[in-house]
Amino acid sequence: MFRSSLGKISGFVVFLVLCSSVAYGEYGDVVLNKRSEAEGVRPVVFPHWFHRIRFRCKVCHTELGFEMRAGANDVTMQQIINGEFCGACHNGVIAWPTENCELCHSGKPGTKSGIYGGHETLGPGKW
Amino acid sequence: MRRAVNSVLLITLITGLSFSYISIAEQQPVRKWKPIKDDGIHDPASSAIGVLQNPAEALSVLPPDTAGNQVNWVKALRDGHIKPRTHLNKQGKLERLDTDIIMEDTLEMPNVLFPHRAHTEWMDCASCHDHIFKSKAGATPVSMFDILQGKYCGRCHGAVSFPLTECDRCHSVGKKRKASK
Ligand code: HEC
Ligand code: HEC
Ligand code: HEC
Ligand code: HEC
Ligand code: HEC
Ligand code: HEC
Repeated sequence: MFRSSLGKISGFVVFLVLCSSVAYGEYGDVVLNKRSEAEGVRPVVFPHWFHRIRFRCKVCHTELGFEMRAGANDVTMQQIINGEFCGACHNGVIAWPTENCELCHSGKPGTKSGIYGGHETLGPGKW
Repeated sequence: MRRAVNSVLLITLITGLSFSYISIAEQQPVRKWKPIKDDGIHDPASSAIGVLQNPAEALSVLPPDTAGNQVNWVKALRDGHIKPRTHLNKQGKLERLDTDIIMEDTLEMPNVLFPHRAHTEWMDCASCHDHIFKSKAGATPVSMFDILQGKYCGRCHGAVSFPLTECDRCHSVGKKRKASK
């Protein structure tokens, strides 16, 4: 009885510690880092808040075919340069072109792919 | 005797302070966003810092909310504060649906009201149908456990749309209300 509640309490403490060490970001920020760091550039940070001011969800998630699952899209730089995914807009017509490497590849080294952020909720985006 | 006086003073001070804090908080909910340079996911050494927009600059002028981006996105869109494009190359129209779905399998919690309207203002039917939800009320085996795992409503809520801590926004109707619009 005592043991199990001790277990729960320490579990909770571990949970709190984990939460506090989780990287922040604004709610809905996505990091794409399947290849970037391995290929010598910083991870990519995609801000949802910035883009949803300008586009409905549907534009990216239906028209451009981005799956609504962080990490589910296999995006390569070549595809972007060819006008797919981010490159459908970052082409110098709808938005600034791909030459501005640093603006997309702005992530802190070591940040894993996934959804970030949380103002009230510190969890890894699931909660 | 002295100690008793002291503790009375202390208690008065604390209650006084907390009351004034509460009244300040009620008057003007203070919204704060981490600047890009110390948000923990951007590299402070990157030359993008200073070029990228800080969330506070764009979000502080939009209708307030208490969770997620601290922006009431539904209101921001409806009241025309923002005009996000419906199509890649043009501003058009989305098919809007106004029906509400009431979900009653909620144990002791109030029933869930799912509004098609707020959703179809942001996205098309294909964003949900039929890979996340069937097009028949009651046909999808939604549960809170799965939602917390990132399925069903939890695909978006808890990731991009308002977080799952806001129980009462989904569990928003009394057990008696059954009729859907
Ligand atoms: C519009 C945003 C954007 C811009 C601008 C951009 N990239 Fe990328 N880049 C991406 C994304 C997204 C990925 C895939 C990220 C991942 O999963 O690692 C990527 C991947 C890469 C990769 C990993 C290997 C590969 O080929 O996919 C390299 C290297 C790369 N970019 C270099 C560059 C360089 C150099 C520039 C500037 C000339 C640049 N990027 C500009 C978004 C961008
Ligand atoms: C400008 C393009 C764009 C817009 C607009 C956009 N998204 Fe996304 N979304 C993305 C990208 C890119 C990803 C990451 C995909 C990846 O990592 O493979 C993503 C990922 C997601 C995810 C997955 C998060 C997770 O936890 O795995 C969800 C959910 C999502 N978006 C919902 C939305 C909603 C809801 C809206 C509208 C309010 C929206 N998106 C608008 C580009 C966009
Ligand atoms: C539907 C069009 C669209 C798509 C797709 C898109 N963007 Fe953008 N993005 C924009 C527009 C428009 C801007 C604003 C450009 C401007 O201010 O000139 C922008 C700006 C940005 C910015 C700068 C934000 C700031 O603070 O100024 C970043 C970073 C960015 N995009 C990353 C990405 C990445 C990474 C992807 C792919 C995963 C992507 N975008 C896909 C339209 C898009
Ligand atoms: C994004 C909307 C949403 C939010 C936020 C939400 N719920 Fe739910 N909840 C649902 C839906 C949908 C169901 C399934 C109803 C049905 O199938 O009839 C559900 C079901 C439940 C059930 C019934 C048991 C089960 O596992 O299905 C409980 C209990 C519950 N929620 C509690 C909560 C609590 C507590 C919170 C806040 C921490 C919360 N919910 C937040 C949408 C939500
Ligand atoms: C954000 C997700 C979402 C979007 C977008 C969406 N729906 Fe639904 N829809 C639902 C959910 C959830 C249900 C209830 C499913 C259940 O109970 O199993 C539903 C149910 C339905 C039903 C059955 C209603 C009934 O009374 O049986 C129809 C028809 C329907 N949707 C049509 C549409 C159409 C048309 C659009 C586009 C204009 C659309 N939906 C967009 C989530 C969505
Ligand atoms: C595909 C993404 C997606 C799914 C799945 C989804 N939502 Fe939403 N929901 C949104 C977006 C986008 C908004 C706009 C507000 C925001 O982003 O916070 C929203 C807003 C809402 C609102 C607020 C409406 C208002 O008038 O303020 C409620 C309530 C809601 N959703 C309930 C649900 C429930 C219940 C489910 C599951 C049955 C669900 N949502 C599934 C994306 C989604």
